[in-house]
Parts: sequence; structure tokens; C-alpha cells
Amino acid sequence: MSVSAQAAVRRGVSPLRVVLAILWRDAVVTWRDIISVLAQVVLQPLVMLFIFVGVLGRLAYVDPSYDDVLLPGVVAMSGFVAALQAVALPLMMEFGYTKEIEDRLLAPVPISLVGLEKVLAAALRALFAAAVTLPAGMLIVQDATFRVDGLPLLVLSVLLGGWAAGAIGLIIGTLLPPSKVGIMFALIIAPMLFTGGTQYPWPSLGKLPWFQVLTALNPMTYASEGVRAALEPQVPHIEPWISMVVLTGSCVVLTAIGMVSFRRRSLT
Amino acid sequence: MPGSQTRKAVKVSKVDDSAVAIDALVKRYPGAPANAVDELFLEVRPGEIFGLLGPNGAGKSTTIGILTTRVIPTGGTATVLGVDVVAHPVAARRLLGVVPQVNNLDRSLNAWQNLVFHAAYHGVPRALRKARATELMESFGLTGRGRDSVNTYSGGMAQRLLIARALMHDPRVLFLDEPTTGLDPQARLFVWDRIRELRAAGVTIVLTTHDMDEAADLSDRVGIIDHGKLLALDTVHALTRGLEGKSMLDITIARLPGPAARELPDVLALPDVPALPDLLELPDVPLGLLELPDVLAGVDGVERVERVESAPAVRGGPGGAPPFGPPRPAAAPAGPATGETRFRLYVSRDPAAVLGPVAQLLARRGCPITDVQIGEPSLEDVFIALTGRSLR
Ligand SMILES: Nc1ncnc2c1ncn2[C@@H]1O[C@H](COP(=O)(O)OP(=O)(O)OP(=O)(O)O)[C@@H](O)[C@H]1O
Ligand SMILES: [Mg+2]
Repeated sequence: MSVSAQAAVRRGVSPLRVVLAILWRDAVVTWRDIISVLAQVVLQPLVMLFIFVGVLGRLAYVDPSYDDVLLPGVVAMSGFVAALQAVALPLMMEFGYTKEIEDRLLAPVPISLVGLEKVLAAALRALFAAAVTLPAGMLIVQDATFRVDGLPLLVLSVLLGGWAAGAIGLIIGTLLPPSKVGIMFALIIAPMLFTGGTQYPWPSLGKLPWFQVLTALNPMTYASEGVRAALEPQVPHIEPWISMVVLTGSCVVLTAIGMVSFRRRSLT
Repeated sequence: MPGSQTRKAVKVSKVDDSAVAIDALVKRYPGAPANAVDELFLEVRPGEIFGLLGPNGAGKSTTIGILTTRVIPTGGTATVLGVDVVAHPVAARRLLGVVPQVNNLDRSLNAWQNLVFHAAYHGVPRALRKARATELMESFGLTGRGRDSVNTYSGGMAQRLLIARALMHDPRVLFLDEPTTGLDPQARLFVWDRIRELRAAGVTIVLTTHDMDEAADLSDRVGIIDHGKLLALDTVHALTRGLEGKSMLDITIARLPGPAARELPDVLALPDVPALPDLLELPDVPLGLLELPDVLAGVDGVERVERVESAPAVRGGPGGAPPFGPPRPAAAPAGPATGETRFRLYVSRDPAAVLGPVAQLLARRGCPITDVQIGEPSLEDVFIALTGRSLR
């Protein structure tokens, strides 16, 4: 190899460049499987929207104004699920079976940064999933109004929600062996999807205090509330600043736990 | 304490400028009953090919894991080019490359991407990583297969790609964990050539293998470990020479001298084995088959003589003898049927030095030698002598 390349390697490379290279790898892999990624992350929320609004709404089982509740909820959920799935499942496989993460673990950066990259990638995937789900959802509920003013809050909510979900995925993916995939879906992901404020505004849960407390423990609730405040501010919602503060705090704590867990899983 | 025994048994000089230095290294996996690496001492010199040998489970991969910053040791120190791999793993990773025992290629990427992304993770500038990938794909015989998914690669191709990938960031120390296991003879020779080229380019190489001939051929020095401890560390030549009295001399004689009657036990039997000087002064009396072994055993330096019935030397020899490396098989079969007889002499001295007196002796007795083979103890003999024959 030429002297300059040698020199570049020996001098050391900035951790940011390494993380960006790994991020680029994840982008290439995602793009290669774009169809199945889309199917995984946006189909389920859209089906939910279709059943509740397109079917039950038409049959008058559900109030027409419910789409103002559900559409933002579904956008938040698609981002959250996309982020969680981008990390948890691949990590379980890469650590447990394919070992393909090992090459990245040998990159000249602290190992926990390789874990952090996963969370970053997850947050970006959340944004992408939400960006696909929102227009598709608007088509399904036949509501063409988009509140441009709410865009910054929308993006922030989806990003922070995706970040928190990615960190949860990091924890799950490094703690569970691949044989426990079924358990992960049944005992962790499914309950999270129904306690995350997708199908109801959190303030309206006052009549069910125990459930209100339970949902308050799920970071996804704050992403849903944030997206709802951004898109349909007339629906009752948690003050956006509270949601963002709680989400940020969750991100910090979950990411720290996830990075430690990732390091422990990477080293024996 | 066992560790101090090792320290005494094997002198490892601590050199400051060593490529790899391991000092009292210990690794116990959580919940394991014993240490996988147990007070290990090792020193690899810059620019050498170092063969790390040991039975299954000896701790080779664990040692490589520690040196490549993936396994955290329980105790002791390990440095790569002076960089402490535990204290400064990031700096160490810049200097080293790894080919692991099991394929860990990135299956989500194609072969070419495996190479260029590896370089990108190490900060190799974009233009250079493309040039480097092209060059390595070519030198590893993978040109034209870059776009293929690595899932479609055969085991041998994947192994070559793994080595190429490890070289993408131009490491100065390369760790190869069983790089030729599962390769066909061509690929094996190919990989050997590449390894030698790397040494010529100044790369230090640490490799593990279960192929003793490969280790002997390739390594400048070898270390033999078992149960996580170093048993021996030296050049192959020094290690095999260390097996005193374990060389062999195979002598084939064209036909037995004298009439058939001489083969009777009581004819001309020598009750005592005479000392060599006496023997040499005896008149040239032809000897019979049964006397020959005893006479040969009297030659200075010969410890034991066996008559080998069939021509192709059999590993281990008859009578439960230790499994010494066989001499090269003879071109033509020898044996009673062809009127040839082969004797195997276990010698305690340099077999070449023993050959002179033996040839002289046989010549005087009218026994023409048709074939001579010197069987040096092989690295495998050293390995078995040190680690025993029991299965792990
Ligand atoms: N991740 C692990 N967890 C627990 N024990 C392990 C782990 N890896 C290896 N061991 C144990 O450590 C010991 C040394 O294993 P290691 O893989 O280093 O041996 P090796 O010399 O490479 O063997 P082989 O020639 O079979 O590859 C073995 O007893 C093995 O069971
Ligand atoms: Mg091994």
C-alpha cells in the first residue's frame, strides 16, 4: 500500500469518520433490502389505520374524528418499530450466528461507539419510516391537510422516539440470544406497541389511572404525543416540551445502558 | 506454582521491540472450571512467522482473541508492537489484522464491499481503498468475483477473501487463526506463498495450525501450548534436535550374505554384542540375518535396531514404538520376496555420523546397501512428545 495510506491509518482516524463509515454500510444494506424494510416497518401501521379508520370508521363503529388521533399515533409507531427492528433483530443474529459484526468491532474506535452507531442508524430509519407512513396514511384517511408549522416538532418527536427505540433495541439485541426471538416479540415488542399512546391520547386516560401510569413508562407514548401535538394540536396532548424532555432523558439513560450492554456482549 | 515452572522451562527473553509480547497472561472464561490461558509467556519477533501450536482447546484462539482486543484477559499483560492491547485497544487495532478461525465476512455485503468497507472503518482514503481492493482481489485470485455475494463463495474463496480483507488497512502484525484449514492443496500452497510474501514485506505473522508440516515449513519459530501454558518455544530445527536419540536410520540391504544355513540361530551367533572397535578388527566374515541387528546395535550411537518387514515405513513402527516420523517411503518395495531386508536403527547421535561406521561394517561383511534413509524426528513428534496422545 502506498505510504500515504499507511500514514493515514497509523495517524489514527477520527471516531466520527469511522462511525460515518459504519453508518454508510448500514445505509447500503438497508437500501439493498429496501422493499422488505418497507414491508416490515410501514405495512403494519398502515393496516392498523385502514382497519380502524377505513373499515370500522365507514361502518360507523368508530367516530370519524378518530383519524385525528390514530394517524399521528401510527406515524409515531412506524418510526418507533422501524428503529427497534433495525437494531434488535440484526444484532441478535450478528452476535449469535453470523458474527458479521466482528469486522466493525475491530475498527479503531472505542467499541461502544459501534453500538452508538446502531442507535443513530435506528433514529434515521425512524425518520424514513415516518416519512413514508405519513403520506400513505393521509391517503388512507383521505385527509390532505398537513400542518407545516408542526414540522419541526414532528421531526424531533420521530427522531427522539426512534433514538429511544434504537437504544431499547440495543439492549434487547445484546442481552437476548437468537433463540429468544419469539419471546422478544411476545413479551416485549407487542406490549410496547399497545402501551405507546398510538391508539389513544394520553390525557384522555384519566379514567384509567393505572393504565395511564403504565403508558407513562413507555417512551413511545411521548413520541406519539409529540407527533399528535405537531399534526393535530386540537386533540388533547401532553405539553410538547414535557414530551421532548422526557424523551431526551429516556434517550440518554437507555443509550448509556445499551452502550454498556453492547460492550459487554462484544468482549469476552 | 505451575506458572513459575513454565518460566523456568522455557526461557522467553523479554525484548522491548518485540512484535508481540505476552507476560503471565491468564484468561478464565466466566463459569469455566479452569483457565483457558494460564500464565502464558510468549514473545514474537518483528518480521517473523510465528507458529502457535497446541491441541484442540489449548487456548490458541483465546490468546489470539486477547491480542486482537476481543477477549479481555483475567491477568497478565499483552502488547502488540509495544502497545498494551488492554489499556490501548484502539491504538492496537490500528496495527493489527485478524483472520479468525470461523468465517465472519459481512454477509449483507458483496465481496468487494467487504474489502472497501473494512478499509473505510480504518480510515483509508477512498481512492486508496479502491486501488487496494482491486490489487488484493487480484493477488488473491478473486478478480471478477467482487460483485458476488459472499454467501455464494466456497470455503476456500471465503478464506482468501478473509485474508485479503485483513490486509486492506495494511496491518503490521497479522494474526491468522487456522488459515489453511479446509483448503485444497492448491489453495494451501497459494496461501503459503502469500504469507511468505507478507513476511518479505516486513509484516509479522502469528498463525495457528494443526498441520505440523505446514507449521514446520512456514514458521521461523513455533510455540507449543497446552492447557493455556507454553511448553516449548524455538525454531523447528532446535525443537526436533531436542528429541535426543529419536533420529532414525533406515538401511536396506540387497540380499542376505552367505548361504541360507547362516540364518539358523546357532550358526556364528555372537553371544555378546562386541564393541565397535573389536568388530571392525574382525575379519570380513559374512553374517546372517539374525546376527545383523545385534551387530548393528553395537555401533556407537545406535540405541536399538529393528527389522522392518515391509518396505513402506510405517508410522509408529512395530512393537508399540513411539510414533516417530517415518523416513520417506522407498521407491521400490523391499522385503524377503525381493531378497532385500530393511533395518531401522534408532540413533542417539546425528544419523549422518552413524551412517559411516554402519556402512563400513556392512561393506566388510559383504552386505551391499541399496538404500539409506535418514528419518529426523518431525515437529509432530515433538508435539506428541510434549502434549501426549490423549484426545481433547
Ligand atoms: N467464549 C467462550 N466461553 C467459554 N469458554 C470458552 C470460550 N471460548 C473458548 N472457551 C474455552 O477455552 C478453552 C480454550 O479454547 P480456544 O478456543 O482458545 O482453544 P484453541 O486452542 O483455539 O482450540 P482449537 O484448536 O480447537 O481451535 C477451551 O476449553 C474452550 O472450551
Ligand atoms: Mg481455535
